Amino acid sequence: MSESADNILEVRDLITAFDTDRGLMRAVDRVSFSVPRGKTLGIVGESGCGKSVTAMSIVQLLPQPMGKVLQGSVMFKGRDLLKATPKELRKVRGGEIGVIFQEPMTALNPVQRIGKQLSECFILHKKMSKKQAWEASIEMLKLVRIPAPEQRIGDYPHQLSGGMRQRVVIAIALACRPDLVIADEPTTALDVTVQAQILELMKQLQAEMGMSLILITHDLGVIAETCDEVVVMYGGRVVEKAPVADLFARPLHAYTRGLLASMPKMETPRKTVLPTIPGMVAGLADLVPGCRFCQRMGREGATLRERPPFEEITPGHWAETCPNCFADPD
Amino acid sequence: MHPILSVRDLKVHFPVHGGLFMQQKGAVRAVDGVSLDIARGETVGLVGESGCGKSTLGKAIVRLVNPTAGSVTFDNFDITHRAQRTLKPVRRELQMIFQDPVESLNARLSVREIVEEPLVIHGIGNSASRRKKVDELLSKVGLPKGAAEKYSFEFSGGQRQRIGIARAIALEPKMIVCDEPVSALDVSVQSQVLNLLLELQQEMGLSYLFIAHDLAVVKHISDRVAVMYLGKIVELADADKIYRDPRHAYTKALLSAIPEPDPTIRKPRILLEGDVPSPINPPAGSAFGHRINHPRYPETVGQPLPLVEIEPGHWVAADPCCLSEADWRVASEKVAALV
Repeated sequence: MSESADNILEVRDLITAFDTDRGLMRAVDRVSFSVPRGKTLGIVGESGCGKSVTAMSIVQLLPQPMGKVLQGSVMFKGRDLLKATPKELRKVRGGEIGVIFQEPMTALNPVQRIGKQLSECFILHKKMSKKQAWEASIEMLKLVRIPAPEQRIGDYPHQLSGGMRQRVVIAIALACRPDLVIADEPTTALDVTVQAQILELMKQLQAEMGMSLILITHDLGVIAETCDEVVVMYGGRVVEKAPVADLFARPLHAYTRGLLASMPKMETPRKTVLPTIPGMVAGLADLVPGCRFCQRMGREGATLRERPPFEEITPGHWAETCPNCFADPD
Repeated sequence: MHPILSVRDLKVHFPVHGGLFMQQKGAVRAVDGVSLDIARGETVGLVGESGCGKSTLGKAIVRLVNPTAGSVTFDNFDITHRAQRTLKPVRRELQMIFQDPVESLNARLSVREIVEEPLVIHGIGNSASRRKKVDELLSKVGLPKGAAEKYSFEFSGGQRQRIGIARAIALEPKMIVCDEPVSALDVSVQSQVLNLLLELQQEMGLSYLFIAHDLAVVKHISDRVAVMYLGKIVELADADKIYRDPRHAYTKALLSAIPEPDPTIRKPRILLEGDVPSPINPPAGSAFGHRINHPRYPETVGQPLPLVEIEPGHWVAADPCCLSEADWRVASEKVAALV
């Protein structure tokens, strides 16, 4: 993993913890990855694996005062966001980095017209006048294919359907033509038909605007269709990282294989027993220093005193090499 | 043998009030003329976008909402026109599992009390025998020993759904309406719950109405699948058949939207514009024809567009906007024969 000018974002050795009654609990444990310019990086894993905390650490929108980044660096266009002042961060967020949250109803202000919420980005980041901002907002609504934007701009969020609301959230995230967009489960709350529209729209906008994208999801179908590279997270750590085709063709870690197998597929004979991953992700307080997937499976790798080494197996394809969890078919 | 559940021309309309004096201005036609049979031991999957009325249909079947018209016959017993208090014997045999395992479990009761409640209400056994029964039920749904004395919020989503399932099977029902039971769960946990539902079905001979929006999940668990659009069933067929050979344009669009978990496949996608139209003032003709702006839409205005059996076991709405030329010819002959 060399430093490279082709990467818009490089996260190194990130540790994020929550300050609780029972002490500091690490939700993200030495996570490293990079996002190449104009490409899409997927982060996949079950709930509680640290996907969202990783994303929120990048833009420092962790729940306060509990959430703390303890260590690491987040290099965005050559500067470390973790060392930036709150003022600088406010300029980055919504300006150079756009964020799309999962639940469009809670991400929008229910008592403000969508036009006001959209123009805010232009007024704050582009120093436009109210009138200019309003017009730019109509343009954005057009861009995310909202029909009759001139009328819709005066609507409140509750007047829009879930799909339309998510388009507004996307419009806000893209308003200032960011270099990087972080989308946290952007389509999880939506129907498949609307999901297809939104993903298609994001792909088109990415092609038009050349932005990079971090897409967090638990849906491997969405990953397969939209991402260039994938990071698989388990128990706050990256257990596997690979180009998308490689990951699906040759999953090396038992967790990745388990996730892929437990999805019912169209060709699975119906009413047969589906493979499952037994148990569930351990709570933050119970995570072991050793191999965490072994911990879930009740195997002895969990008693290791250190994390299994994370190694590059073939060019670009990295995995944790716990003797119980790692298997290379070749 | 009679089907366990028989739904005939069921309608659920919710009144919309407004204006001065809050007069009734119209109605939300959530379910608008649905007919469906479920055989003993069969699973029928019900799919459609949010707002198509699939959850309302499930609730109307168990009488959590009252139907406006039509009938629901459960085990040869018309349950549509009975007073709620006379439905107790039916509730014993017709249960429901809900989407949100947090909201559907009482947080002030221990798991034991939650699962025991139906037994108490129906006056089954004494407290010692019920205690034993609850322990059996919890182990049957795969909850750890000691779970009974905890509270539901101490469990993860998947385990909470298991508690809901234990409660639903406590009275040994014949049928369970499952309303999006795995939608809130992670894939690995989702497959655990699906396996459990399949296992219980085999063991207890249960019938399921399985409501979900994840089409791969529905295909996996169902014998037959019904596709719903704006309050109506538009296609109904054997699960494998409907996925392999969909006939209705809406089913085709819905299937094409499923993301394929294989990066080497790029399937052609039918992108639908806009959302499901409002069920308050639904289009006068073919609802889907209206959404896709089909040139034959005017022909469908005022037509009933009934479900016809286009091939043995394969039912589809006779709608010129949504069928191929050949299918429409067959369908229109069937409609003519109906009259």
